[in-house]
Amino acid sequence: MSESNVIDERINSSYDAGFITDVEMQTFDPGLNENVIRKISAKKNEPEYMLEWRLKAYKQWLEMERPEWAQVNYPEIDFEAIAYYSSPKSQDDAPKSLAEVDPELLRTYEKLGIPLHEQEMLAGVAVDIVFDSVSIITTFKEKLAESGVIFCSLSEAIIEHPELIKKYLGSVVPVKDNYYAALNCSVFSDGSFVYIPKGVRCPMELSTYFRINEMNTGQFERTLIIADEGSYVSYLEGCTAPSRDENQLHGAVVELVALEGAQIKYSTVQNWYPGDENGKGGIYNFVTKRGICHTNAKISWTQVETGSAITWKYPSVILMGDNSVGEFYSVALTRNAQQADTGTKMIHLGRNTRSTIISKGISAGKGSNTYRGLVNISPKAEGARNFTQCDSLLIGDKCAAHTFPYIVSKNPSAIVEHEATTSKVSEDQLFLCQQRGIDPEKAVSMIVNGFCKSVFKELPMEFAVEAGKLLEISLEGAVG
Amino acid sequence: MLNVKNLKAKIDGKEILKGLNIEVKPGEVHAIMGPNGSGKSTLSNVLAGRDNYDATDGTVMFEGKDLLTLLPEDRAREGIFLAFQYPVEIPGVSNLEFLKTSLECLHTYQKKPLLSAVEFMKLAREKCRLVDLDTGFLKRGVNEGFSGGEKKRNEIMQMLMLEPKLCLLDETDSGLDIDALKVVADGINQLRSPDRSFILITHYQRLLDYVQPDFVHVLADGKIIKSGGSELALELEEKGYSWLESGTEQSANPLKV
Repeated sequence: MSESNVIDERINSSYDAGFITDVEMQTFDPGLNENVIRKISAKKNEPEYMLEWRLKAYKQWLEMERPEWAQVNYPEIDFEAIAYYSSPKSQDDAPKSLAEVDPELLRTYEKLGIPLHEQEMLAGVAVDIVFDSVSIITTFKEKLAESGVIFCSLSEAIIEHPELIKKYLGSVVPVKDNYYAALNCSVFSDGSFVYIPKGVRCPMELSTYFRINEMNTGQFERTLIIADEGSYVSYLEGCTAPSRDENQLHGAVVELVALEGAQIKYSTVQNWYPGDENGKGGIYNFVTKRGICHTNAKISWTQVETGSAITWKYPSVILMGDNSVGEFYSVALTRNAQQADTGTKMIHLGRNTRSTIISKGISAGKGSNTYRGLVNISPKAEGARNFTQCDSLLIGDKCAAHTFPYIVSKNPSAIVEHEATTSKVSEDQLFLCQQRGIDPEKAVSMIVNGFCKSVFKELPMEFAVEAGKLLEISLEGAVG
Repeated sequence: MLNVKNLKAKIDGKEILKGLNIEVKPGEVHAIMGPNGSGKSTLSNVLAGRDNYDATDGTVMFEGKDLLTLLPEDRAREGIFLAFQYPVEIPGVSNLEFLKTSLECLHTYQKKPLLSAVEFMKLAREKCRLVDLDTGFLKRGVNEGFSGGEKKRNEIMQMLMLEPKLCLLDETDSGLDIDALKVVADGINQLRSPDRSFILITHYQRLLDYVQPDFVHVLADGKIIKSGGSELALELEEKGYSWLESGTEQSANPLKV
């Protein structure tokens, strides 16, 4: 039997996070109009300024058109069939501590391998937990407050820190940036907010865990991270959802602001439900992520994308300040009928700005994997440098890999490098492993891990191990 | 140890092995020589269980087990090692990781205790020295950017680590300079023992100057047409293969191809 036949036969889905949590929910009726937006805002006791912002965004969204340029195919989304707010009833009186959180919710996170009790936590990781449309709890808040770090849900920040919200919300991703970003601006429900004061090195890793649970709801979270001058923070997000036959929409916006000399390291392990082997079900992950670097600042995006039926995201960096640095490290795996169109934009505005892009795309089954990237050097970006490396790995003979690198250089002193390779897990490699006693499944995961090594080493230690395991699970049965 | 009877094998529907017989007893070193296209590499691939090499007839018994029914990885775990003619690269997977995974798979199957990380490192460094590879090579990707000689020495290093029962060396001597050839020969000689056997597939007599075989076989057109002691290799070196082939039946004459 040839290698590809074996691969085809053995590809199956094994998605550990596909269970449903049975808690009493309150969910809005499906449909979208001004009233729904008013209700979301009221639910969150938002100040007037926020409601106005939402309604303005909604009007703009109505006039916008859905983007068609991505290398993905999917049926038109019926925005009237989606419920835009859903939260566990037990969250009505916001719990102040873990003891007050519905135990059923806590069990959900235990099952997902995310212990929430502070004494059980991975040393030095604070977690914000977002369940459907609401943030359930944020751990280590008091400890972080000791060094002046604010880590809370965005809803809370809107009420408690309006000056920061008014100044920065929508400052990196403008409302009209794109169709899904505008939608998010009008209906976003919750997400995380981080502020690191001047000169502070955040004493622990921060992370947010997003969970979609309720049927027919969309999750529109929003995250805003502000690193004040000379500060440092490392932040990680993780995502999962139940296995369902219906597609669900996840339309997030993430904004990062790195002020002078600040550093933000943002890592994502995205494992939304990918759909079954025939492409039924799965999350549509349409996400806008962007950061802005002031002078001498640095933003580093690392993403491991193994889930979602469709991934459409381009974590980007605007290198506004002189000597600022942008980095993008990505591993995207598509198998079965998954489609990913992902990459980055590095916008060089300041002098001596530098960017690095390392993208590793892996396609198995009938998966389609696209890297789309833009390196834009403006006329003022004297001495700008970019290095891009895009590697694609194919497993089997029914998958696809595409690379669309756009390079615009308007400054003659800039140096832009682009390298790309496409390779296949070859029969020779598999046979070498087998001849040394290693079964093909383990061999594939070893080969793929080797392929991704330069990205994994950018992840915080605990999560690098997680990411490796996740890849292993995702590849289970990818070869026989 | 190994008993091959009337083995016939096809690649892409074309019959390459046409009734091959060979018996290898523990401790013996057999050299298989023959012209290009005679089926030498096919034999090693069929024994190791490579995809698309289909045995169509005959039997292969290895230590009392029907080898042809075993998966390639299980053949390796039973103690069959193939040193490849063209070792492939596995970028990003370090030699260390590869060897450790391999050794663990073998030991688990053989119900041997697993080595600790310290024991493993000690062993790996020692074997590196034996084949004259800098220990820094352990951190490099499997065969990644290795020269031809380094790749072959790496194969021997793996063989020394895994301590197989039956070692198949597929033209390991080809393309080596004299120093590398000596390293390879030293590796083989070190492993020689009363309970370990070797099949050396080679084109030239060269390797046999350093590794004294117990038997030499000539393979032509998918069959062994002559067997003898080590002196046969010398004779072949001198006279070539044609004097033997002209003596075989018409149907098995590869010179017509």
